[in-house]
Order: sequence, then C-alpha cells, then structure tokens
Amino acid sequence: MSGLVGAPVDRVDGRLKVTGAAKYSAEIALPGLVYGVMVLSTTASGTSQVDADAARRAPGVIAVMTPQNAPRVDSGGNGAGDRTLMVLQDEVVRYDRQPVAVVVADTFERATDAAAMVRVRYAAAPAVTRFDAAAEYKPASGGRDVDKHKGDAAAALAQAAVKVDGTYIVPVEHHNPMEPHATVAQWDGDQLTVYESTQGVINARRTLAQTFGIPTASVRVVSKFIGGGFGGKGSVWPHAVLAAMAAKLVNRPVKIVLSRPQMFGSVGFRPQTVQRVALGAGSDGRLSAIIHETSAQTSVFDEFMAGTGAISAVLYGTPNLTITHRLRRLNTSTPTFMRAPGEACGSFALESAMDELAYATGIDPVELRLRNDTQVDADGKPFSSRALREALRQGAERFGWSRRDPRPRSMRDGRLLVGMGVAAASYPTHRSAASALVRVNADGTALVQSSGVDIGTGAYTVFTQIAAEQLGLPVEQVRIELGDSAFPAAPNAGGSQLTASAGSAIKLAALDARAKLLALARGDASALIGGAAAIAALMRTGGVETIEGRSDAKPGDDAQKYAMHSFGAQFAEVRVDPDLGTVRVVRFVNAFGAGRILNEKTARSQYIGGAVWGIGMALLEHTRYDERSGRIMTANLAEYLVPVNADVPAIEPIIIPEDDPHVNEIGVKGIGEIGIVGAAAAIANAVYHATGKRVRDLPITPEKLLA
Amino acid sequence: MNAFRYAQARDAASAMAALAADPRARYIAGGTNVVDLMKEGVERPSLLVDITQLPLRGIDRTATGVRVGALALMSDVADHPAIARDYPVVAQALLASASPQLRNMATIGGNLMQRTRCAYFRDVSQHCNKRAPGTGCAAISGVNRRHAVVGGSEQCICTHASDLAVALLSVDAIVHVRGRAGERTVPLERFHVLPGSTPQRETVLEHGDLITAVELPASAAARNSYYLKVRDRASYEFALVSVAAALNVAGGRIRAARVALGGVAPTPWRAHAAEAALLGRPATGGTFAAAAEAATRGMKGYGQNDFKIVLVRRAVNRALQHVGAIA
Repeated sequence: MSGLVGAPVDRVDGRLKVTGAAKYSAEIALPGLVYGVMVLSTTASGTSQVDADAARRAPGVIAVMTPQNAPRVDSGGNGAGDRTLMVLQDEVVRYDRQPVAVVVADTFERATDAAAMVRVRYAAAPAVTRFDAAAEYKPASGGRDVDKHKGDAAAALAQAAVKVDGTYIVPVEHHNPMEPHATVAQWDGDQLTVYESTQGVINARRTLAQTFGIPTASVRVVSKFIGGGFGGKGSVWPHAVLAAMAAKLVNRPVKIVLSRPQMFGSVGFRPQTVQRVALGAGSDGRLSAIIHETSAQTSVFDEFMAGTGAISAVLYGTPNLTITHRLRRLNTSTPTFMRAPGEACGSFALESAMDELAYATGIDPVELRLRNDTQVDADGKPFSSRALREALRQGAERFGWSRRDPRPRSMRDGRLLVGMGVAAASYPTHRSAASALVRVNADGTALVQSSGVDIGTGAYTVFTQIAAEQLGLPVEQVRIELGDSAFPAAPNAGGSQLTASAGSAIKLAALDARAKLLALARGDASALIGGAAAIAALMRTGGVETIEGRSDAKPGDDAQKYAMHSFGAQFAEVRVDPDLGTVRVVRFVNAFGAGRILNEKTARSQYIGGAVWGIGMALLEHTRYDERSGRIMTANLAEYLVPVNADVPAIEPIIIPEDDPHVNEIGVKGIGEIGIVGAAAAIANAVYHATGKRVRDLPITPEKLLA
Repeated sequence: MNAFRYAQARDAASAMAALAADPRARYIAGGTNVVDLMKEGVERPSLLVDITQLPLRGIDRTATGVRVGALALMSDVADHPAIARDYPVVAQALLASASPQLRNMATIGGNLMQRTRCAYFRDVSQHCNKRAPGTGCAAISGVNRRHAVVGGSEQCICTHASDLAVALLSVDAIVHVRGRAGERTVPLERFHVLPGSTPQRETVLEHGDLITAVELPASAAARNSYYLKVRDRASYEFALVSVAAALNVAGGRIRAARVALGGVAPTPWRAHAAEAALLGRPATGGTFAAAAEAATRGMKGYGQNDFKIVLVRRAVNRALQHVGAIA
C-alpha cells in the first residue's frame, strides 16, 4: 500500500462522528454518575462569602462544595501543571468567573437550579481591569525568548531612508470550540479516572497526579474525541480538578460540563497584545531594522507569555533587530495558548507594517517580501527548508494579484470598494519525544496505540495511513486507538507538533513490527505483500500469535543545526461598503509549504479553518470587559461574534510540495496553526487597499471605517 | 433554570385563565426567547402555558390587507407570496432575522414580545432597572456599543432586538389583542413603550393579555418598501442599526413616507422628523439626504455607541435611495 501517505483518505472516524457513535467526554455514562455545576464569581477581585443553605436544601442536591469543605489539594503554580488553579482552596477572588462553589446533584437540571440559589457576598478589593492601568514589567519566565537583540536596530531605524512605525492592538479573544470543556471524574480507592476534553492526556495526568499528591500511575485520563481545542484545551482548568475533588467529596463519579457563558473567563483566552513594530528600509525596500516590542496581559498570579515577536526573527533578513516582550498583570484568569499563540498576533503587526512599508517605498507588497527573503534566521541558522518565495509566487498567480491596482480606493464593484491584500506566514516546527505501539494480530490486521489526542484535525486518519503504509495494509485493516494515558506517551496536540511527534513514533513502531515480520519471513519481503491475508499466513507458518512493534522517537541533532519552520502566503479580497463601514471577505487564497502532507483532504481543512479564524480575528472577535468590575460582558455567541457561513467565501488552499529530510522521520512540519498566521493582516491590508484607512486595532468593525 | 410547571392550552380562554390565576405564569410559543432567558435566570416563571395549539397560525388576505396570526411562524410569513409582494420590507426583515432554525420555531407574536439583548439585563449579577427595578443602569457607563442613542432614559438605554417590529412599524401594522375586556386593537407604534422611569414595562399589554394577530394594511408605500440591516457579520446577528423605509412617490413627489429604525432605541423607533422631511417633497437625493439628517435629530451616544448616529444617517439615506429608485 505504498502511496497511502499523502492520499486524500476519508476520515477513519467520520462514520462514528456523523452517526453520533463517537462519544465525547460529556457523553460518558457511568453507574451512579452525579452532576456538578460550578458557581462562578461575578467580580474580578475580593473575597467571597458563600451562603449555600438554600442550595443544600434544594431537591436532589447531594453536596455543595465551598472553600469550607473542599478537599485540600496542591493548586499548583510551581508543582502542578502549567498554571495555578483556583479550586476552592481559599476565599480570595482574583478574576471574573473564578469558581466559588460547586453544587452536586442527582440531575444536571437540579444542580443548575440549585447553583442559582447559592448566595455569594463579596468584600470587594481593587481590581486591575484596564490594560492601560497595569504596570508593564519584564517577565521572569520565557527565558531567552523574552528579548532578542542583533546589531543596533534603534540607530539603524534613525538612519533609514524609509521608515514606518506603528502600534497594533489585538484584543482578548476566546477559543469557542463547538464542544465545551467537559470532565467526568471517578475514584476507585486512590485510583482516579478522568474522562476529559483535553488536548493531551499525558499532560493532564501529570497535572492531576501532582494536584492530588498521588503517583502518576494512579491516574488515568481518557480523551477519545474532542470537538475542537485550539489550544484552549491544552491545560488542565479548574473545572477538571473540581470534578475530581467533588467526586472524592461525594464518593461518586461526577460530571462537570461548562455552559457557553462559562467558557468565557473560567478557562483560558488569547491575551490582549499591544505591539509596536518599526521598520527601517532603504529606498529599494531592503530592511535595515526591525523593532518589534510586545506588551501583553497576564493574570495577577501567574505568568503566561506567548512569543509574539518571534516571527520577526524568521520571516525576513535584517542586520538590525530588536524583539522585546513585556507583561502587565490584570485581574483575569491566566491567558493561554490559542491557535498560533505568538505568531497570530505578531504577524498581524509585522505584516501590516510590511504593507505600510510597501506603500512608503512604492514597492509592490509581494515584491517587497521577496526582496527581504532570507536563507538564515536572526541567529544565522540556515532553514531546513523554506517555501516563502514559492508560496508568494504561486499564491499571487492563483489569486490574480497582477490585476490589482495598488492605489487605495482605486478599485470598485458598483458602490462597493474592492481591496486586495497579502501577508506572509511562518510557524515553527516543533517536536517532542513520543512512543507508540503497533501490534500485528494473528489475522494479519494491525492495532495502533498512542496516547495522542485527535482534536478534530484528523490524527486518527493520518496515523492509520502511516502504519498501514509501512505494513503494506489497506487502512481498513488497521485499527487505531488514541487518547488514553494508558497508551504509549505522546505530547499534547498543541504547537502543531502531534503529527511530527507521535506520527514519527508510529512510523518507527510500524517499521519495528515490519522488521519482526521480515525476520519471520527470513528476509523475504515478498511474503509481506498481500495485505492481512499474507501476513496472517506468514504468522501462522511461523507459529506466532502477535507481533509488537514499539518505538521511542525523539528530536535529533538537526534541530540544533537548522531553523525549522513552515512558511506561507495569504491573499484576501474584500468588499467594503464605504457608507456603512461593513467589510466582507469575498475571496481567499493561501499557500503553504509545510513539509510532507500526509492527507491532502484533512490538510486542506486545516488551511481553510485557519483562514476562517483569520476572518474572525480581523473583523469580528472581541471580548469586552466592564472596566468597573472586570466582568466579561460578551459571554455568549450573540455578543462574541465568530464568522458564520455567510462570512466565509471560497477559500482556496495551495499545498506547496516540500521534501524536508531534517525535521523528523516522516518529513512533516505541522499544519494546525500556520493557517491563521498572517490571515488577519492580509484582510486588514485589503481593507487599507479598498479604503485608504489603516486600521491597526482589531477587529475592523464598521465604526472604525465610518469616520 | 428554575423548576416550573407546564400546561398546554386548548383554547384562548383557558390559556388566559391560567395566567390570570398565577401572576408568575407566562405564555410560551416558539420559546426561542423565553427559554433563553430562563437559562440565564432572567425569567423564572412558575408556569409555562403553551399556546402553540391555539388556532392562530393563519396568514389571510382581508379586504384591507393581510392578517397574520400571532402564532404564524417567522419562516412561513417570510415565504408567503402576499407578504413578499405587498410588504417586501416585512419579508426582508424576517429573512434578515436570526437563523433558519430559529425562524422555523419563532412566532410573530413572540417576536414582538422578545426582550432586549442588553448584556446587563441578561446577566443577573449586574445592575439593571428593567430586570431589577431600582438597581441602576450599568450600561450607561459600561459596555454599550449595542445600546440606544434615542428614546432611552437615565433608567435604561437598551435597544429593542426585533427586526420584524421595525418593518411592521413602517407599514402601519396593528396588533390585535385579546384581554379580559375582550378584543382590542393597538397600533404597533403604541404597542411598545419607552422605558422612562419604569423600564420593566415594555408594552401596553397587561398580564394575561394574548396577542391574536397582526394586521397589515395595504398601501402603495408598503408595496414600495425596503429593509436595510447593518451588522458586523453577514448573517445571524442583531442589528447595529436597521432602517425600514416605505415610500409612495407619484408624479415625482413623495405622497407617503414611513421611516422606522432598529437598533437605536428601547422600542422600534419611528423617525417622524425624517418622514416630515420627505412628505410632499420631490424624490431626489437632496430630499433623502435631508431626511437622513433629520432622522438623527435628538440622538445622543454613550461612548461605544456614538458611531450609530453617523450610521443612522448613512443607512437612512441608503434605504431612501433604494425605495426612491435613485440607487
């Protein structure tokens, strides 16, 4: 079955999903299961005093968990997990929608009703709710990613023939996966089993074990199907720990499913960033300086820093570069990873600035980017492969860039203004250690096991393809099991690294199994041709019941020698109503070189999804807070807008073939995140082309174009 | 959501009797609004009286126009040929509302009764005079991008969420109501009431009153009508600003004009000043621009919603150009 990898194979879990047979965490039914509903704070700072008498007397209520009776746990920070979890260990409220109690009842409805009966009084304390009001500081975490200096960017900027210097703002955004966070927790003595909507069961297992002070081996985390994660499910959040605490308290399995309003504030979000990008260039457009300064928010109790400026060390060559990151502490929950955590925002600033430079120099925006292409990153490392040039060229061709009249407001469609914009994209290729098991059964079929989670991207399918190809089996003869911490370890499905990590491990495990089959056939490879029937015959002859292929795959030396990134180009066409200020994206072409593509169909879906996210980021998404209380006032899908079908035009992804022998055993770079990088900038640049208005603070809503 | 009782009414009299017996009882039809509000804890009815079995679904032509039953579905009204032909503004407003799934559930009467989307009203932890009289209006100096620029008071600056009601206002619709004293009619313009010092009161209906129908009088202006809805995204969003315009032009002069606005006031808002600037004048760009300017008279922003005043002027102008056939 060579040639399986790369083929547009249908999702192997597609039938389960469309028939409803795929069970998500919220659908797990266990004997004796009871239902937890969180009571969340309604203010961002103070101390809570909970009166739960009425709730305790309500029908069906089993317990109300408050700081008074909650089991003591290690709520983290240093020890447990990647963040401090506010899980009823004290009465201090540090952010809006922090859990202050959990009501457990025999039905979800009764728990919900009783939760509304919990009275909470707050002794208010001053809250920092405005970005501008928070002091800026240099983060202690983040290591060498915090600041980067090369040459003297300030001096070079001062001397540059052409310069642009702007401030770019991306507001707080929320992930809003279709599937809300959900946890089902069950104790059996000191053994904890958690069915959790998470992007990584191994990470979740470690955090839960540390939180409860029990050995890792005592915790099992299962996450079979995820209705979208986008980074928001990359960490353990308070509700998951609270479900396990409540299960301990009532000695029964407990389920907690977040409501849509609870998805705002009680879990993570993309922090607001305010970025200054200054570019200096010669009149030929060649960059002499890039200054990229980021100020972002974190919580009052933890640090979260995304490498917002990192993209400025990768996309273009410049002799002088300054990248800095600073944080501000606000009374919110701690921000988290959200699809291309640094690059999504960083590219909006850098690629808007590049568009401004194109106008300042009079050079075509595609040509300007080509002129500043580089073969080494800011540290002088060569790229393992780099498709920026090809992506810009093919994208421009497909998009019809040559039809663009560069003058702002020069193109019209009836009374509407037409705009075309471009932006470049890059995203780093990550990889972590991973293991896998490939077992060949007596009937010649195979079973693949990895703890990696398919968060909807198609991991079930591409992993099946990888194993099937190595074993010479059709995909139907390979069964795959993912998302269970009992299986061989894999990293989070985050940072676009799961396929590179677990996929490589699965290939190596399949090769190991194949080597054992070959040994059984005394080196006669022809004995393996003929699918499961041939393998079954071989095993029968050899008197073998099962064969197990195992692997421990990890990054090699090439990661030190090369800079490894995906590259791409985004092209957007918009129509702007000059009277009403409304913007609609009417066409979108994106092109990416991201190593080997394992499945063209699922890959295209990732690129299309990235563009859809770019439309939301550019035009719609904006979490608004009441600055008096720190309360989120857009905690539903009518106030927090994401694109609907009518907002999404034809999106045409172009896959640039790329053969990179350095990245990993399967040659993949990861495709989950690069699709959003630069997408918002391409749209903002198109809006500028249409209107002559440069909007530097997202989203681009009508009021910003009416003036 | 609180525990509640549920009863299905067989006829209007028993439905009304059920409400008369319980001040915390509420009617439910499509439920697309009241169930939402119950989930948020904003509405906590003791009893839901399901009126969907009452014979109020008809869409019938009458000697003077069309009578739409209160329980007619939004989708059915939008698709009705007489509505599309004689009241295009109504069909357009319906199709610009919500989503197909919601329009297949929601009723015309329920649409008129829908409550504001104000985030402070819908969040029971926040101060809101409409939900909890006397607690204050948090929106006035809070998150108010979607709030009113006219018709509000120091007690409340919410906006009415309905597209349909704005369109109905522009065709002089009349609401038929059955109450304790029998049937009565209320012109739509007097059906919703401004917040003043009692923002908890939103319509002229008394507890237990039942909307039975909405009557749409035929007119030349209604036949030449248009709904323009401005919003951030292309579909499935409440209006930032909307305009329902109906114009009868004969001999180059405007013989009848209606301009109604959505997204700007606590009720569907009739722009009388704009209409006065149109009536009897030539149907020209200059007339429409002057009427658009007049439509903004007396409007006042609260910060985030300041842009709506400019948007009203531009949108009214655009809508009038459309019905004035000079676009």
